Amino acid sequence: MAVQFEVNGKPVSVEVEPRLTLADCLRHHLRLTGTHVGCEHGVCGACTVIVNGDAVRSCLMLAVQAEGAKVTTVEGLSNDADLTPLQKSFRKHHALQCGFCTPGMITTAHALLSEEPDCDADRVREVLSGNICRCTGYIGIVEAVLDARSAYKKAPAP
Amino acid sequence: MKMPAFEYACPETLAEAVALLASHDGEAKPIAGGQSLLPMMAFRVAQPTLLVDLRKLAELRGIRISSDGVRLGALVRWRDIQDDARLATAHPLLADAIKHVAHYQVRNRGTVGGSMAHADPASEMPGVAVTCDAEIAVRGKSGTRTIKAADFFLGALTTALAPDEIITEVRLPAWPANRRHGFQEFARRRGDFAMSGVALFYDLDAGGKAANAHVGVIGVGDHPKRLAAVEAVVNGQTVDEATIAKAVAAASAAVEPPDDIHASAAYRKALTGTLVERALRSAAA
Repeated sequence: MAVQFEVNGKPVSVEVEPRLTLADCLRHHLRLTGTHVGCEHGVCGACTVIVNGDAVRSCLMLAVQAEGAKVTTVEGLSNDADLTPLQKSFRKHHALQCGFCTPGMITTAHALLSEEPDCDADRVREVLSGNICRCTGYIGIVEAVLDARSAYKKAPAP
Repeated sequence: MKMPAFEYACPETLAEAVALLASHDGEAKPIAGGQSLLPMMAFRVAQPTLLVDLRKLAELRGIRISSDGVRLGALVRWRDIQDDARLATAHPLLADAIKHVAHYQVRNRGTVGGSMAHADPASEMPGVAVTCDAEIAVRGKSGTRTIKAADFFLGALTTALAPDEIITEVRLPAWPANRRHGFQEFARRRGDFAMSGVALFYDLDAGGKAANAHVGVIGVGDHPKRLAAVEAVVNGQTVDEATIAKAVAAASAAVEPPDDIHASAAYRKALTGTLVERALRSAAA
């Protein structure tokens, strides 16, 4: 089936089988391999992308369901010039080790902070409960997200 | 690719969606958010030959609140319920229960109709529906009908829906001002399936006694159910320490939970009692 949607601000058109998940479509058809695939059944959160402003698990969405949607992946949350405030905060707080879960953490945190720049530590923990990290113990990640709040209060990060 | 191959359709009307389901001999499935169905397909527990995407059916969206109660369109997402400030008074039990549904990302896509049709024994929405005597409105090739929640859930992942029927709406009866409620569940990781959960309410009569108690449990049987023995203990009583102690004992005795890798039956029985205690305390507070 032909499907058209927007990824990181650019229109894309792909020919896919209905059973292809959005995650696999992003990685295999569009070569956006920043989106990581962990459990492939909606438990680990590694594949989180932002669809029409909402954080969603791209392994629990079919590519054909993305018709007409605006999709933002982790690639869309960075730029070549400099680290974004969220990226800087993750580095400062050692919020990653192996990095496998990091794209999902970044996309989830970006969606949260864009909507709730005043969220507290409890809310950050609640939201990140859907993202599994096996390295860090989460403390650095929670601190990084909290520390990045200031950047989202002034103007939305890229 | 992890899932078995299937066809996909995205009809413009409900009638068209029903016709597509009816034409596939029970091998087609409607898909809304897909947050339960797609994992089932990833495990190949479900292998439909056709998915009928309901996303263009605007008539299945929307939360309608009136003096008759709360009507939740089948495509209402958990996120929509959380964002609707009216529900804090129009149906506080629903609002409290839905906070426990899954995780942030899943709440952005998971729907009321999908959860009801999936009928996981530990799901919150079916538990609220059974506790509150909800009605489920469905449409199939032979027309529309409503099914009482008590008759809707037949077993784990099994409902009274015919293969060509689509849930259109879940109707919760009106919530009176003198109603007290509590919702409690316990899972190892926040947002995961509960090992046990309790939804309850009662109405305070003029003398400060509980009446019309409804006590429902999830995660301790193959479908959500009400515990008449616990309701009998609460009805006509002041909800005090003595009543709570009796209700806890009645709840632990009334449930017949399974042993599984998440918890033993004995643990679940004790846990259900504890959750009834906490729910009654929060209701009486």
